[in-house]
Amino acid sequence: MEYHAGDYDVIVVGAGHAGCEAALASARLGCNTLVVTLNLDSVALMACNPAIGGTGKGHLVREIDALGGEMGIAIDKTFIQIKMLNTGKGPAVHSLRAQADKKEYQAVMKKALEEQQNLDLKQDEVTEIIVEKGRCTGIKTKNGAVYSAKAVVLTTGVYLKGKIYIGDISYEGGPYGLFAANVLSESLEKAGLKLMRFKTGTPARVHRDSIDYSVMIEQKGDKDIVPFSFMNEFENLDREQVSCWLTYTNENTHRIVKENLLRSALYGGKITGIGTRYCPSIESKIMVFPDKTTHQLFIEPEGRDTCEMYVQGMSTSLPEDVQVQFYRSIKGLERVKIMRTAYAIEYDCIDPTQLKLSLECKEIEGLFCAGQINGSSGYEEAAAQGIMAGINAARKTRGQQPVILDRSEAYIGVLIDDLVTKGTQEPYRIMTSRAEYRLILRQDNADRRLTPKGYEIGLVTEERYTKFKDKLKKIQDEIQRLKDTIVPPSKQTNAFLRERESAEIKTGISLYELLKRPEIDYESLAALDPERPALPKAIGKQVETEIKYEGYIKKQLIQVEQFKKLEDKKLDPNLNYYDIKGLRLEAQEKLAKIKPTSVGQASRITGVSPADISVIMVYLEKKRRAESK
Amino acid sequence: MVIREGDTIAAVATAPGECGIGIVRISGPEAIGIADRVFRSVSGRTLKELPGRRMNYGYIFSPDDGEKIDEVLVVAMKAPHTYTREDIVEVHCHGGNVAVRKILETVLSMGARLAQPGEFTKRAFLNGRIDLSQAEAVMDIISSKSEMGLKTAVSQLEGGLSKQLDGIKDKLLYIMSRIEASIDFPEHDIEEVTRDDLIQETRSAIHMVERLLSTSSTGKIVREGLSTAIIGKPNVGKSSLLNALLRENRAIVTEIPGTTRDVIEEYVNLRGVPLKLVDTAGIRQTDDLVESIGVEKTREYLESADLVLLMLDAGRPLSEEDRIIIDIIEGKRVIVLINKTDLEIRLEIDEIKKRFQERPVIYMSLAQGTGLDVLEDTIYKMVFSDEIRTGDAVMVTRVRHVDCLKRAKKSLSDAAAAMLNKLPVDLVSIDIKAALEALGEITGDNITEEIIDRIFHDFCIGK
Repeated sequence: MEYHAGDYDVIVVGAGHAGCEAALASARLGCNTLVVTLNLDSVALMACNPAIGGTGKGHLVREIDALGGEMGIAIDKTFIQIKMLNTGKGPAVHSLRAQADKKEYQAVMKKALEEQQNLDLKQDEVTEIIVEKGRCTGIKTKNGAVYSAKAVVLTTGVYLKGKIYIGDISYEGGPYGLFAANVLSESLEKAGLKLMRFKTGTPARVHRDSIDYSVMIEQKGDKDIVPFSFMNEFENLDREQVSCWLTYTNENTHRIVKENLLRSALYGGKITGIGTRYCPSIESKIMVFPDKTTHQLFIEPEGRDTCEMYVQGMSTSLPEDVQVQFYRSIKGLERVKIMRTAYAIEYDCIDPTQLKLSLECKEIEGLFCAGQINGSSGYEEAAAQGIMAGINAARKTRGQQPVILDRSEAYIGVLIDDLVTKGTQEPYRIMTSRAEYRLILRQDNADRRLTPKGYEIGLVTEERYTKFKDKLKKIQDEIQRLKDTIVPPSKQTNAFLRERESAEIKTGISLYELLKRPEIDYESLAALDPERPALPKAIGKQVETEIKYEGYIKKQLIQVEQFKKLEDKKLDPNLNYYDIKGLRLEAQEKLAKIKPTSVGQASRITGVSPADISVIMVYLEKKRRAESK
Repeated sequence: MVIREGDTIAAVATAPGECGIGIVRISGPEAIGIADRVFRSVSGRTLKELPGRRMNYGYIFSPDDGEKIDEVLVVAMKAPHTYTREDIVEVHCHGGNVAVRKILETVLSMGARLAQPGEFTKRAFLNGRIDLSQAEAVMDIISSKSEMGLKTAVSQLEGGLSKQLDGIKDKLLYIMSRIEASIDFPEHDIEEVTRDDLIQETRSAIHMVERLLSTSSTGKIVREGLSTAIIGKPNVGKSSLLNALLRENRAIVTEIPGTTRDVIEEYVNLRGVPLKLVDTAGIRQTDDLVESIGVEKTREYLESADLVLLMLDAGRPLSEEDRIIIDIIEGKRVIVLINKTDLEIRLEIDEIKKRFQERPVIYMSLAQGTGLDVLEDTIYKMVFSDEIRTGDAVMVTRVRHVDCLKRAKKSLSDAAAAMLNKLPVDLVSIDIKAALEALGEITGDNITEEIIDRIFHDFCIGK
């Protein structure tokens, strides 16, 4: 029996990384919010590796945090190892990565949801979305509950018609031994959404005490901890860190895999879903790179209070018996005990070009989608879409315009624009090389890019905003001070320069100018700067970056200006492109499908040429003039 | 491709080919500034200082070496009372393609961007200069011009240029994918590229771009003209042909310095195609038959010739010399000229037609002045293949190629400098990506996707 179970402003379907951020954002913006999840024990579950961050991904976490999201705060509380990657490279690509205590992370995130005002958490399976006259007005569940809502956010992860593959064995199921959601897909298709089938996989979890660490290479965390959350920027987050361990496959491993190749679900032809190039299974690695005689793998702890270890690099769809064989062929894993078997999983997702940049479906008002359902992969990518979908769902209920971050503002903007404008042929992962303005989208300045915006939206607390303004002032003051401080061409100065193989000076020069030299860094410059105020490291770093790379930053800012000109030229999504003479047919078709909201977005659609853009601009001007008459 | 709005654009405003005056038009906020950097008026004042809407006499100079490019009249017109309602500068120079192209290239190297097809008209319309009723026509111009440009671009890309471009792109993608893979996947065992390797690879790429700029048919025909060798036995009429072509067409350059004392080189402008004519008549004659027609020298010449004009005497049967020559030019792009058709025909015309099956055979009598038109026509068509109605699109594509290549070179030089300054690789990659994008504008590729594809092709990455 169906019964009316409640009225909400926003309902979030799923409580994974996208769902959590969406629900928290919506509730924090004052919307009465319901989260429905298949299993309350799987809130914020890291179904694959026990880690958050990495290149590009770490940037996303920083951005989510700067907007007032939760992921950064949760991982700061629960990391058991943390590392800044790429420190040998430029500031634009420094990236944080942390090993999480998986269970603790879930507990922390669940608690954040439970304690959040305006937020209800419910265990049930959503079986249907209610769509009336092109508008989503609620959901129905397996237990017979009917909830009405002004907006619904779908964050279904890999659960939609999830199917597990372990060699020739396959069954319906979600990740980590959880149930799949087998009914909802049909309702989505009925509502007119086009579905695709993607595939991903995860390696085995093995017992900590069955590993010989003495033959592996230890990977430690950083001594100097840089936190994810800007709220913790000047806090001491020191704690005892655990290590990861590096080892390698060998020819024997590869032989076993090759001999059993046809027993794998992937090569045996069982799996039809499209996998990602970013997390290939070991059988793919061996087949695609036959010349590579060894592949690296990392053993990562799943938490402090568990013996389960994650074997990064060894995801597979081979049968269990073969898994045991080739895992044991690896140095240090000779006596390994597999606790959870590696598997591949296939699931339904939507073609993301059906979405607007706000993540609302073009054809179904009030229905938003975020995370793996949009064809992305990764916790951070999911959370980034989640927070935006949550914000925009909340705004929708109030008749406010959606918030859209563009490609020059945030990796979040790059991610969503890529998905929505170009679609994706495989589970999409963010990469710094996807960003045009990488030097501006740094992880250290995510707060400067987004916190004012988050404040305006209403997600950033007064506490965070005050902290931010204070930091900003310190940075600006310090840059000014360096400009104003002139060092004389004294013996001491020139000795300092000589030591660093830097050209000596004959007249006075500002510290600002000296810092521009590649061989001089902010920290060591203290020797010539007795008046320097005591500033947190993060501020010194940012001051240094801004000054040192000023030339490049300016170059990118000019490009951004050009970019903005086209983004600011708005297009009516309902424009009939078939009416525009001079557009090529291919362009007409693509434009009609994507319905871009700006000339800039139109220019990024595959198959739309610069000449097509010119034609559109002339058409727009013609229309404007005709209307103003 | 990056689409830019409101920047400064330039293009040739006059029809291509033989005419007295050529005009290069610059439009945009930097138009006057850019013109001032290459124009020196005889009065010594800059366009900024000089009153607008008046012709100013002076010279265009190359900013690279300070060399005089052409004697010109320049007029500057301030916005908004101009065609595009932006600042416009027009440089009126000598007609024919060489001066016009050189000036356009100079202006582009100073920061102007080559206008897209129909872009002046587009700006005129967008800025309210053209009436609403003409909007459809404007859109037609843009789409038809770019359609034609596209066709040309594709036809231009066939063969050598495309192969060489691919070679450069491949090298840059190699560099980029290594940098990017090490950035995006720092925990994978990707061999780090050393700074020295990067510098070396980048320099080698710069070298490749330079070579392409100087030797490709793109750069070469624009810069040096279509190298055309006139070949034939003594007294067949080679010099008469040269003189006739020179008489008919204004010579651009009359003296070529260099070591080629044995041959005569002349430049003529054939309907906008700069033609470098090499008359092998001057090759030293001796008693030795083979030596007398300068086989070795001729071979050398043919090496670098884009086009061979083979002259035969209609009044005589094929001689031993003719046959040797015919053997030498095997495989070259040839036009066969049968001269002296005013005489009684003794030449084995059928044999010749059979031998040069698909190549044009033209009958002419230089003595009577016939056949020259046909020859000019044929050369013109060979350069600008048949489907192209005017040379406009071809020239634009070629200047565009040169412009893209130059920008690629500039970005690569910036990258090399950044590496030498020990700047981090992710900054270096900004310049290398810019170079790739400049090359991508020629071929119309999506660089970001190509880089990512390359990373996953070359490296085994993934958790």
